Amino acid sequence: MPVNFIPTATDYLRILPEIIMTVAGTLIMLIEGWLGSEKKKTNLSVLTFIAFAAALVAAVVANGSPGLSYSNMFIVDGFATFFRVLVIVVGILSLFSATQYLKREHAESSEYYALLLFSVTGQCIMATANELIMIFIGLEISSIATYILAGYLRDDKRNNEAALKYFLLGSFATAFLLYGIAWIYGTTGSTNLDTIRIALSTPGSGRSAILAGTSAALMFVGFAFKVSAAPFQIWAPDVYQGAPAPVTLFMSAGPKAVAFAVFLRVFMTAFAPITNRWEPFVWSSALLTMIVGNFAALMQTNIKRLLAYSSIAHAGYVMVAIAAHNQIGIAAAMFYLAAYALMNIGAFAVITHFSRQGEKFVNIEDLAGLGWKQPVTAGLFAIFLLSLIGVPLTGGFFGKFYIFRAAIDANLVWLAVLGMLNSAVAAYYYLRVLVVMYMNEPGEATLSVQPVSAGIRATLWLTAAGTLVLGIFPSVLLNFANSSSVLVK
Amino acid sequence: MTLLSAVIFLPLLAFLIVMALPKENHNAIRMFSLIASIAIFIISLGLIGPVFSATPGKFAIETNQSWIQTPAIDYHIGLDGISLWLVMLSTLLTPLCVLVSWKSIDKHIKQFFAFLLLLEFGLVGVFCALDLFLFFVFWEVSLVPMYFLIGIWGHDRRIYSAVKFFLYTMAGSALMLIAMLYLYNQAGTFDYTRILAGSQSGAIGLSSSEQLYLFLGFFIAFAIKVPLFPLHTWLPDAHVEAPTAGSVMLASVMLKMGTYGLLRFCVPLFPNAARQSAGWIAILAIIGIVYGALVAMVQPNMKKLVAYSSVSHLGFVVLGIFSFTQQSFDGAVYQMLAHGISTGALFLIVGFLYERRHSLDISAYGGVATPAPWLSTAFMITMLASIGLPMLCNFIGEYLVLQGTSLAYFRWTVFAALGSILAACYMLWLYQRAFFGQASEDLTHHMPDLNAREYAIIVPLILLMLWMGTYTQSFLPPISASNAVLLGPIDARREIHVRAAPAHIGPPQISPPRTLAGLNQELNNAR
Repeated sequence: MPVNFIPTATDYLRILPEIIMTVAGTLIMLIEGWLGSEKKKTNLSVLTFIAFAAALVAAVVANGSPGLSYSNMFIVDGFATFFRVLVIVVGILSLFSATQYLKREHAESSEYYALLLFSVTGQCIMATANELIMIFIGLEISSIATYILAGYLRDDKRNNEAALKYFLLGSFATAFLLYGIAWIYGTTGSTNLDTIRIALSTPGSGRSAILAGTSAALMFVGFAFKVSAAPFQIWAPDVYQGAPAPVTLFMSAGPKAVAFAVFLRVFMTAFAPITNRWEPFVWSSALLTMIVGNFAALMQTNIKRLLAYSSIAHAGYVMVAIAAHNQIGIAAAMFYLAAYALMNIGAFAVITHFSRQGEKFVNIEDLAGLGWKQPVTAGLFAIFLLSLIGVPLTGGFFGKFYIFRAAIDANLVWLAVLGMLNSAVAAYYYLRVLVVMYMNEPGEATLSVQPVSAGIRATLWLTAAGTLVLGIFPSVLLNFANSSSVLVK
Repeated sequence: MTLLSAVIFLPLLAFLIVMALPKENHNAIRMFSLIASIAIFIISLGLIGPVFSATPGKFAIETNQSWIQTPAIDYHIGLDGISLWLVMLSTLLTPLCVLVSWKSIDKHIKQFFAFLLLLEFGLVGVFCALDLFLFFVFWEVSLVPMYFLIGIWGHDRRIYSAVKFFLYTMAGSALMLIAMLYLYNQAGTFDYTRILAGSQSGAIGLSSSEQLYLFLGFFIAFAIKVPLFPLHTWLPDAHVEAPTAGSVMLASVMLKMGTYGLLRFCVPLFPNAARQSAGWIAILAIIGIVYGALVAMVQPNMKKLVAYSSVSHLGFVVLGIFSFTQQSFDGAVYQMLAHGISTGALFLIVGFLYERRHSLDISAYGGVATPAPWLSTAFMITMLASIGLPMLCNFIGEYLVLQGTSLAYFRWTVFAALGSILAACYMLWLYQRAFFGQASEDLTHHMPDLNAREYAIIVPLILLMLWMGTYTQSFLPPISASNAVLLGPIDARREIHVRAAPAHIGPPQISPPRTLAGLNQELNNAR
C-alpha cells in the first residue's frame, strides 16, 4: 500500500478539534505575559471557552466526513465523535465551574486553562485513535495534564499528595499498557487495531492467541486503572478527595469516559477474536468494582470521598456493559457515560460551590439544611443524587436500564441481578446526603453559604436539564449511540 | 390528550405550579392545592362512564403512543374495572389529605403540598400504565415524594423510617426491573396486552423454571409493597412516623400498588408459577392475617395498631387473589377499595386526635366520647367498617374473599376467618380504652368536637362506607367483568397443570378444577 505523507484537506478537517485546542492552549500561555493586571485574567477563561466552542463545532463538522486518516492512525466515526463531543462538553462545564473557584483560591493563571485544553486534546486523540501508539500518546497528553491539574494549588498539602499519588500509580499503570502494546506488536507485527483483529482471527493462530491473551491482560490492567475499576481503584478516593474540587469534577467525567471509549474500541475491535479469554476478567472486575465501590461508600463522611467511591461503583456498571460485549452493550456504555458525566459534574459543581475557600466544608454533615437555605441549588443537587441512585425519569436510570438489558441479552442474568441489588445498596448513601440536606437543621456551614456564582449556576442548570432530558427522552442520545456502536466495520 | 392523560398529568402540572408559588404565601398554596385536587377529582369522575360502557375485557380510554424507540417503550395507558376505582381512590383522597394537612403542617408548607400532588401523579399513573416499563416508572416516581413526606414532616424517628421504606422498595423493584428486562428479551415488547396475548396463545414460550423466577421477581417487589408477612417490617415504622396525610396515602393507595400488581401482572402473566406457589403464598397471607391482628391487639400506639390492622386486612386481599376464583378476585378488589376508605378514615381521625392532644398513645386518651360525641361517632362507624360489620364496606370484601376461598380451599377459610374475629377484639378494645370511661379534666379541655373542615373530610368517607356496604352494584359490575378476564388464563391452565404435575408443590391439596361458567353461576347464587 503506497503511503502518502502529504495530508489532505480532509485529513486536517478530521483532526481540526485537536488542532484548535492545541493552538489555543499554547496561545493562552503566551498571552498571559502581555496581560498586565490580575483583573484581565478573566479574559483567559473567555478565550478558553471560545476555543472549546470552536473545537466542539469542528468535531461535529468533522463527523460529516467520516473515515480513516494519517495512514489509518486516526478514525473519525460516530463513536469517536460521540466521545469527542462528550469530553469537550465536559471541558466547557468544568471551565464554568472553575472560574470562580480559581478566583476564590487566588490561583487564576493561564496554566490552568492551558492544561485543561491540553488534557481535553489528549482525550480527543484517544477517542479518535485507531492505533495503539496513538492511543498511548493521547493517554499521556491527557494524563500528564491531569496530574498537574490535580496538584494545581501547589501550596496545598492535599493537592500535592493527590498529584504525587496519581502520577506514581498512573505511570505504573501506563507502563503496563505499554508493555501490553509491545506484546501484541511482537505477536501480530502491528499496532493498528484492524490489522491486529485480522491477524488474531486467522485460523491456526493457536500459540499467538496465548500471547495475545497476555497482551490483553496487560492492557486491561492499564485501562482498569484509568477507569478506576477494582482491583486497581485504590488511587481514586485519595486523588478525588485531595485534588481541587473543579479538577475532581473534570477527572471523574472526561478522562474516565474516554478511557472507557478506548477500552471499548481496543477490546471490541482488536481483541474481538479472543473475547472468550478476556470476558471473565471483565465480569469479575465489574462485580468486584460494584461491590467495593458501593460498600466502601456506605462508610464515608467526606462528600468528595463518597462521590469517589460512587464513581468507582459506576465504573463497575459500565464494566458490566463491556462484559456483555455486544452492540447494545456498547451503546449502553456510551449512553451511561454521557449521563454519568452530566450528573456527576452537577454534583461536584455543588460541592465546588459549597466548600468555600480552602475547601473547608466537604463533610456530608456540613450540608445540613441546605434544602431550606438554598432550595434551588439543593433541588438540583437532589436531581443529581436521584439520578445517581437510578430513579426513573433521570438519565442515570436509563443508563442502568440499558446496561442491564445488554447484560441480560448476553445471558449474564446473574450479573444483572447482582448489579441491580448493588444499586439498591447504593441508594442508601445517596439518600444520606438527601436526608442531611432536607431533614436536618441548618448548621454553621449552611448558614454562611454564599450566593451561587454565575458559572456554577450555568453548570448546574445545564447538567440538570441534560440529566432530565436523557431521563425523559433518552432516544435523542440513544439513537445516535446505537447507530455508532458498530466498531468493527 | 384524552381524559385519562389529563387526570394523570394535571397533578404534575399542579405540582409545578405550587413549586412556582412564593413560599411565604401559605394560604394561596393551600387554597391552590385544594382547588386543584378537587378539580382533578371532579375530572376523574368522567372516567366512570367510559369504563362502565366498555366491552368487558377491553381497556377503556386507551392511549398508545410511542415514547422510546429502542427498546420499544410506549406510553400505553388505559382503564378497566379494577384500575378505575383505584384511580378514583387516589383522586378522592388527595383533596382530603390537603384538608387534613391544612393546619397540622406548619413548616415548609409549599414543599409539602407540592410533594402531595407529585405523589398523586405517581399513584394515578401506576394504575393506568399498560406498559410494563411505564408501570415501573410510575412505581418509582411515587416513591420519591413519599420518602420526603415521611422524612421531612414525620415524627421523631422519621429519618430511619423514610430510609427503611425507600430501601425496602428499591430492593424489591430492582428484582422486578430485571424480571421485566428478561421478559422483554423473551417477548420483544413491554406492552402488557401484547405480552398477555402472547403468553396465552403460546407465542411466548417460557419454561416452567423461567416462569417461576420471573414470577418471583415480580412477586417479591409486590409482596414488599403489600406488605406480605414476613416482608412487612417497614410498614409499622413508615405509618407511625409519617404525617397524617402520608399515612393515609400510604395505607389507602400505596399498599394497593402491591396487590394491584399481583392481580394485574403476577397472576395472569405467569399462571403456572402462580398456581404452583399459591399454597405457600396463601400460608403467608394467613399468617399475615392472624399475626397482624394479634400484634395489633397489644399495640399501645394508635397508629401502630391501625398499621398492623392493615397487614391483617391486606392478607385477605392476597389470599383472595391466590384462591383463583371469581368471588375471591372480586372480594380482593373490593377489599382493596374498602380498606382504602376505612383505614384512610381511621388514620384521618387518629390525625384529628393527634392535632388535639399531640399524642398517639392510647393511654393518653380515655373518655373522648364525652367532650367530642360526633368525633367518637365518626370513629365508631369507621372502626365498625374496618372490623367488617355488615352494611359497611369491608364486610362485602371480606365475605367475598372468604366465600371464594372456601369454594377452592375450604381449610384456608377457617384460619382466615379467625382474622375477622380478632379484628373485632383489637378495634373494640381500642375504642373502649380511648373513647369510653371517665374523661380527665385536661382531656376535656383539649378535646373540641369536629369542626367544619373535619366534617368535610370525614362525612364523604362515611357516606361512601355505607354506600359500598349496601349497594355493591354501583361498584362491582366492572370489577367482576375485568376479573373474569384476568381469571381466564389461570382457570384454563389449571387442568393442564393438574395433569402435568400431579405431585403438588404447595402443601394444600388442589381441588378439582371448576369452569368459569360454573363459578359465575355460584357467584350469582351467592349474591
